[in-house]
Amino acid sequence: MPVTFGADEILETIRMIEAEHLDIRTITLGISLNDCSGSDAETIIKKIYNKIIKYGENLVPVAEEIERDYGIPIINKRVSVTPLSLIAALRDEEEYVKCAHAMDRAAKEIGVDFIGGFSALVHKGFTKQDRLLVNAIPAALSETERVCSSVNVASTKAGINMDAVYVMGQKIKETARRTAHKESIGCTKLVVFCNAPEDNPFMAGAFHGVGEPEAAVNVGVSGPGVVLKAIKQHSDADLGTIAEIIKKTAFKVTRMGELVGRAASERLKVPFGIVDLSLAPTPAVGDSVASILEAMGLERCGGPGTTAALAMLNDAVKKGGAMASSYVGGLSGAFIPVSEDAGMVEAVEAGSLSLEKLEAMTSVCSVGLDMIALPGDISAETIAAVIADEAAIGMINNKTTAVRVIPVEGKKAGDRVEFGGLLGSAVIMDYKKFDASGFVVRGGRIPAPIQALNN
Amino acid sequence: MKSNRIVITVVGKDKVGIIAGVANVLAKYNANIVDISQTIMQEFFTMIMIVDISKCTVDFSTLKQLLDQCAQELQVKITAQHEDVFHYMHRI
Repeated sequence: MPVTFGADEILETIRMIEAEHLDIRTITLGISLNDCSGSDAETIIKKIYNKIIKYGENLVPVAEEIERDYGIPIINKRVSVTPLSLIAALRDEEEYVKCAHAMDRAAKEIGVDFIGGFSALVHKGFTKQDRLLVNAIPAALSETERVCSSVNVASTKAGINMDAVYVMGQKIKETARRTAHKESIGCTKLVVFCNAPEDNPFMAGAFHGVGEPEAAVNVGVSGPGVVLKAIKQHSDADLGTIAEIIKKTAFKVTRMGELVGRAASERLKVPFGIVDLSLAPTPAVGDSVASILEAMGLERCGGPGTTAALAMLNDAVKKGGAMASSYVGGLSGAFIPVSEDAGMVEAVEAGSLSLEKLEAMTSVCSVGLDMIALPGDISAETIAAVIADEAAIGMINNKTTAVRVIPVEGKKAGDRVEFGGLLGSAVIMDYKKFDASGFVVRGGRIPAPIQALNN
Repeated sequence: MKSNRIVITVVGKDKVGIIAGVANVLAKYNANIVDISQTIMQEFFTMIMIVDISKCTVDFSTLKQLLDQCAQELQVKITAQHEDVFHYMHRI
């Protein structure tokens, strides 16, 4: 067989991995818990634990084997399960917390760093189970290490459940208080969604949706460093050319996700779900979405021009990525998690990036207000109002938005907090101190929007 | 894995015996060198080998460890990756 690659191609791939942080951000194994119902808590929890172990025990060894074979780092191995409130008919909050402990133990046992699915879908209203689960979130997140929780409070088809929005504002505050001794880290594991995707591989918002098969392998790629390098090499190119470069780079990065996803699916004997075309940054220097925007010519991320640059980046990543993978899904867009992106943190410090600008940015890219540290004295009502704003962007624009904010107990604007590892560090961001409680406490539902007259 | 070919790259300061050192390891464990190319780029010795490991007497991860040892002795950097990585990234 003839050699089919040029030396430059081979060296390009190696450079991407070695010097530009190309990696597979996560392989997430979705596991359905549909058959884990039972008449009492003990039975249900045992079934859930056993099922996670049964399907998940090979995940880490297989991922490590793929890592060795292909020489591509796979940073995280994770598990997502069916939203717990849908399958576990537990009787009280305490039993839900017990169930979270069982999920935590199972995650530890199989060696995954996070397990998602302590979740409820309440965009139209709460069931009895949803209510119990949501009330159990602060205890569950403060007492466990690896369990992640998400709650879908709004959708384009249902509108925004403002009762749920207010409740989530309170639960975020309560979680922050309960984990005050660790920089309120519990809140990093809690996401409030509008239009939550069912096949998202990224934490903390991953869960195994109701339309999903028994199990599925979903893959999230990463590659801001690779895109950054490519743009830096073309400092005088026009924006059309830059978009083209991003597309080509995203294609290559996503191909790695496709390769790893298919290999994992084959070796785990589990269907291949999707590749998530997200450009997920890490706190490592050079692996930053903010730096990409700055390389396009902005002095600082967050300044004028940021939304336009991000919109172009996001769209080009999707165009390139969609060509590279047969099944695309999840969140698919550029991530802007503030604490996990060194460039974003610098922008906050420099005063160019504010909560309001981030909100504007989320209207053109995926995910939403992610990993934003706020002062500890922010009220539940104000957090709820921020959630409502973000959900409105998602609802009207028919896209996924989410809020993952950390009101760090005892800290004020400008202070620095360290979450550690991939969660990074953050500067506490200030917010507008005008009261929205009159709006938030009204409750009820914001009706679903009209979709035909779309201006 | 359908094909059993890997791509080995060696980068480092040029000196006597790099090719011999790497080839020795491969020969010892019956890995067949299908193609080899070598250049000096900015004083750095750069070698790319396509190697068939279908008859190799050790598995891929063991071979990688052996190559790592070899890299330390030669004071160069060796990477070994399955060929599919390059197929996926550079060919549609």
